[in-house]
Amino acid sequence: MRRRTALVALLLLAVAGSAAAVEPRERLADPAQEARARALSKELRCLVCQNESIDDSSADLAHDLRVLLRERVAAGDGDAQALQFIVDRYGDFVLLKPPVTPATYALWFGPAAVLALGAVASLSYLRRRRAGDGEGEPAPLTEAERRRLARLLKDDP
Amino acid sequence: MRRLVYLIPVAFFLLLVGYFALALRPGRDPQTLPSALIDKPMPDFDLAGPAGAQGLSRAALGGQAVIVNFFASWCIPCRIEHPLLMRMAEQEHVPLFGIAYKDKPDDAARFLAQLGDPYRRVGLDQSGRVGIDFGVYGVPETYLIDRAGRIRYRHVGPLTAEALERELLPRLKEIGG
Repeated sequence: MRRRTALVALLLLAVAGSAAAVEPRERLADPAQEARARALSKELRCLVCQNESIDDSSADLAHDLRVLLRERVAAGDGDAQALQFIVDRYGDFVLLKPPVTPATYALWFGPAAVLALGAVASLSYLRRRRAGDGEGEPAPLTEAERRRLARLLKDDP
Repeated sequence: MRRLVYLIPVAFFLLLVGYFALALRPGRDPQTLPSALIDKPMPDFDLAGPAGAQGLSRAALGGQAVIVNFFASWCIPCRIEHPLLMRMAEQEHVPLFGIAYKDKPDDAARFLAQLGDPYRRVGLDQSGRVGIDFGVYGVPETYLIDRAGRIRYRHVGPLTAEALERELLPRLKEIGG
């Protein structure tokens, strides 16, 4: 029994550790709206800490943006609209997942392009090697080569 | 001709070297972000002034090229750039306007009384909402606004004499300040 209590306590601690910086007073009364706002705030970069989402960050600006986001959601903004409201002010960089735009084509398609390039290169290499095997014997020596070979073999001590 | 194929990795390597050199060049701060509002109209705002002084609104800036500086009494880098702002206002007669970002009215007034007030007008952005509308992510930030009310340039962090001479003042002159 005591062990189970300890286990529950540990689990609770683990959950507490992963709790984000969202403060109780920031939360929306409507659980559905709060869940939406919460999900959106995980997609937004905190510009002060830059590698944290505003959901994780305890920076002042992150707090302000969480509140602002919740205001937009409560005012009836759709998910895309609410995100766009922040993007309009801070640019695409505020999105932790960069959108697919001409400026990010290299980012999104670069790895696939490099992979395809490598596949083409190795395929053509393999094919050439196999084709070389199929041809059988290498080309016969020319007369000059034969003479040189004979000379070399004779000179060899 | 086939040999050229082997130069592809070398070319790729040089490309990477170029990219890293660009990213690591001295004077580049990777934390500094471009403004999303360049060449877009500045947001609308109407703020009260500190200690009964006249406030600042978008309308009050109309028709002239101006510099808007976000500062706060609690912000240490703002104290560093402050002498430069004083020089801009007194010697260069730059039309400088201030927005006190998330500052208490009394604190902002005391800050200006102690260090000097380089601004033609100051608005109090106590909630920080005007800052968010401008895309401010840390004071001090300095915005160059043209006659049509569009944001033309932003400087993040304390102004330096170099940034002033090389970036801000030439741009201000160019748009007719």
